[in-house]
Amino acid sequence: MPIAYFATVIGLLALGTGSLFLGAQDLSLPQVWQDPGALQLIAISRLPRTLAALLTGASMAVAGVIMQLLVRNRFVEPGTTGTNEAAMIGLLAVTLLAPGLPLFVQMLVAAAAALLGTLGFLQLTRRLPPQQPLLVPLVGLIYAGVLYSVATFIAYQTDLIQYIGIWMSGEFSGILAGRYELLWLAGILSILVYFTADQFTLAGLGRGLAVSLGLRYGQVLSLGVATVSMVSALVIVTVGTLPFVGLVVPNVVSRMMGDNLRQSLPVVAGLGGGLVLACDMLGRVIRHPYEIPAGTIFGVLGAIVFLTLLLGRRSHV
Amino acid sequence: MIEISNLSYSIAGQQILDGINTHLQRNQITALIGPNGAGKSTLLGAIGRQVDINTGQIKIDGEDLQNITPQDQARLMAIVAQHLHVGSRIRVVDLLGFGRWPHAKGRLGPQDHFIIQSALAQFDLTDLENRFLDELSGGQRQRAFLAMAHAQDADWLLLDEPLNNLDLKHGRSLMAHLRQMVSEKSKSVVVVLHDLNFTLAWADQIVAMRDGQVVFAGPTTTVATSEALSDLYQTPIELLNLNGHFFAQYHR
Ligand SMILES: Nc1ncnc2c1ncn2[C@@H]1O[C@H](COP(=O)(O)OP(=O)(O)O)[C@@H](O)[C@H]1O
Ligand SMILES: [Mg+2]
Repeated sequence: MPIAYFATVIGLLALGTGSLFLGAQDLSLPQVWQDPGALQLIAISRLPRTLAALLTGASMAVAGVIMQLLVRNRFVEPGTTGTNEAAMIGLLAVTLLAPGLPLFVQMLVAAAAALLGTLGFLQLTRRLPPQQPLLVPLVGLIYAGVLYSVATFIAYQTDLIQYIGIWMSGEFSGILAGRYELLWLAGILSILVYFTADQFTLAGLGRGLAVSLGLRYGQVLSLGVATVSMVSALVIVTVGTLPFVGLVVPNVVSRMMGDNLRQSLPVVAGLGGGLVLACDMLGRVIRHPYEIPAGTIFGVLGAIVFLTLLLGRRSHV
Repeated sequence: MIEISNLSYSIAGQQILDGINTHLQRNQITALIGPNGAGKSTLLGAIGRQVDINTGQIKIDGEDLQNITPQDQARLMAIVAQHLHVGSRIRVVDLLGFGRWPHAKGRLGPQDHFIIQSALAQFDLTDLENRFLDELSGGQRQRAFLAMAHAQDADWLLLDEPLNNLDLKHGRSLMAHLRQMVSEKSKSVVVVLHDLNFTLAWADQIVAMRDGQVVFAGPTTTVATSEALSDLYQTPIELLNLNGHFFAQYHR
């Protein structure tokens, strides 16, 4: 266990440092001491960008693992449960009906819509036979697809279609100091999850068992759904959502160290943050001086990892 | 004592429990027997508040079950369900740790660790403590859940077909352990059993069910007769007396 923590910390430090010196404009360590412009570049752009990628990846991975425990299915994440799509509908509504509201209020509306969308998904899955675990993500994808069509239709009718593209493809090139701070809230929510980790692990053992051990299942379910909705909305309004983060990262960590959240959550968050940052860094170098969105790169790599996991999985689900 | 009065439960228009009136005594091993689909699991689930009863009342020591908080209930009774499908990858020792949840709320002290270790030893799991549940055989998993219920250290143990996947040795050792819990720790056990010989050998009381109703109930020595059992299962059952112990012969 300590090895996993150790590796996570070392990996994050290395990536974080590398990210500060990587970009369209070359920077080297000596410059930072001599050139005030270099320091400013780091403070205004590189550091916020690095932190934004870390916070986004970490909180999306945490949201994914919560969703998986609450639905008791390894193949769900906010991107396959209608959560993100509902948040977008909420954002469209607030953009159309009450333009000019502060970003924080927009985010709250998006979170409320995401909550409704997620509850709708939970209602749907309640009717599915538990023996068919793959039905859950399939139904989720269809449900998310329907919500996505609604969002696209509204956006198309109202000339807001470019927003959908921005919300759906997470990228960090536009991140500057002052434009990402909402993400700290997502980070704080993830830390709060850590303090209730045992309760989520218990809920993941199933309602019957959890209740018989005295867990207030309804409360934990509400807390989890609210957290997932908030995190999704926060990520969408700041950087846009990234596919597969919430799906791949918890699955990889579960393989390595199981589902006891108290042990695995730090690694889930660390790996999520690290991978998203790594994808963002890759995106900066592949077509230097142009950039490829981190979401695009994660989409490709994540799909490969996920297929490997799916095909390589043993009899259990 | 658990008193059940006028308990009925129906789902999708199907009457599953039909006006149950019975009681389960403290400090006894009570066997819940009856054919498949009799409603035994549902009754156990109703007592453990896993299913919400439609009408009727369940009281524990005079207190209505509805008025007991989930946490108090978790200290009062431990349940091992018939079907144990857990999708999470949890280690055996962590599962037992969750058995201490009603007492420790995740902060395990030395006392909790001691209880966990003795539960592991009791159920022959010490070598498996770091295995994930999905890497165990059916019987080993069953024992892990039984050990967890043991670690929960509740007054009542409700076990639904605990012998299902167990081999001879572990089946017998489980029943002996339950007996010991009853006589030495004043626990009370309600156990769904399908093997009549285990019932005759270990149960103090029998509650026999069929079609959602209690057919007969009482001390094993008085109610377990060849006629009553044959009628309950609708199949000929002979009781043989070997050195004062009764054995059921129904195999051919
Ligand atoms: N979720 C359910 N929906 C419909 N019928 C059910 C459900 N659960 C159990 N039953 C029915 O209730 C009856 C009693 O089931 P159960 O309590 O599991 O019986 P036992 O444990 O005695 O074998 C059975 O006829 C079963 O088919
Ligand atoms: Mg049953």
